Amino acid sequence: MDIVGLYNYWIVIFLMMAGFYVVIARGNLIKKLVGLNVFQASVFVLYISMGKVTGGTAPIIAEGITNYSNPLPHVLILTAIVVGVATTALGLALVVRIRQAYGTIEEDEIHKLDDDS
Amino acid sequence: MAVTVVAIVRVRNLFAVAMLGGIYSLLAASMFVALDAVDVAFTEAAVGAGISTVLFLGTLAVTSQQEKLPAHSQIIPLFVCAVTGAALIYGSLDMARFGDPKAPIHHHVAPLYLEESQGATSVPNVVTSVLASYRGYDTLGEVTVIFTAGIGVILLLGSWRRGRRKKEDEEA
Repeated sequence: MDIVGLYNYWIVIFLMMAGFYVVIARGNLIKKLVGLNVFQASVFVLYISMGKVTGGTAPIIAEGITNYSNPLPHVLILTAIVVGVATTALGLALVVRIRQAYGTIEEDEIHKLDDDS
Repeated sequence: MAVTVVAIVRVRNLFAVAMLGGIYSLLAASMFVALDAVDVAFTEAAVGAGISTVLFLGTLAVTSQQEKLPAHSQIIPLFVCAVTGAALIYGSLDMARFGDPKAPIHHHVAPLYLEESQGATSVPNVVTSVLASYRGYDTLGEVTVIFTAGIGVILLLGSWRRGRRKKEDEEA
């Protein structure tokens, strides 16, 4: 069985798990959001790499070219990138607000403040 | 990209982390060019590497720069990640091979778009014609999402400013 052709998925899985680890293991809220962005970008790479055709070219119709990569993943990911930035902005606004209310952006300290009060 | 990600995990200075996040996005964008997705690469470079980094830096300006060590153990998250990664690699064994033109993803509606979008919308870029014409409602929904997020940001940050102003008025 030819498993060398699966390397693109393995790169994506490594990036994805690194982002996932940052999200669940680190207590700093900004670092968590960076981890979420890493995770998100790895999913983008997954979709785009699935749309690639060997020997294909960018899906812009031109004379003399018959082999194009799949345009549909590109469309989906364009939408996803923009939505991703919108959610990042909202998350960062929440972080700023949490900082105003608690004076810290470390998850442990926030839990401690909640327990004390 | 893998090196950048490992650095993001290790580095504790949040300014450096935000910059590494920008580098990561830029590397992803260049990778998209190599994978024939030029439109996506544009968007990722402008929005992912540009606007996201600016947003992170803006947040860092009003919060702290240094990350503290988490108090709880790191072994459980590492274990969870290893198990999830192993499950995903097991799942990837059944996926189509990279660049295989016979993969099912290339044989459903994609050839139809490639053949007909030129005649139907007279836009040579298939990605543009699908995004703006065939899936126009989807793009409208995306605009709604951005609008909602914008309202959320304004509500979150605006109420804080108003509260602070009220407090200053009371003190004065």
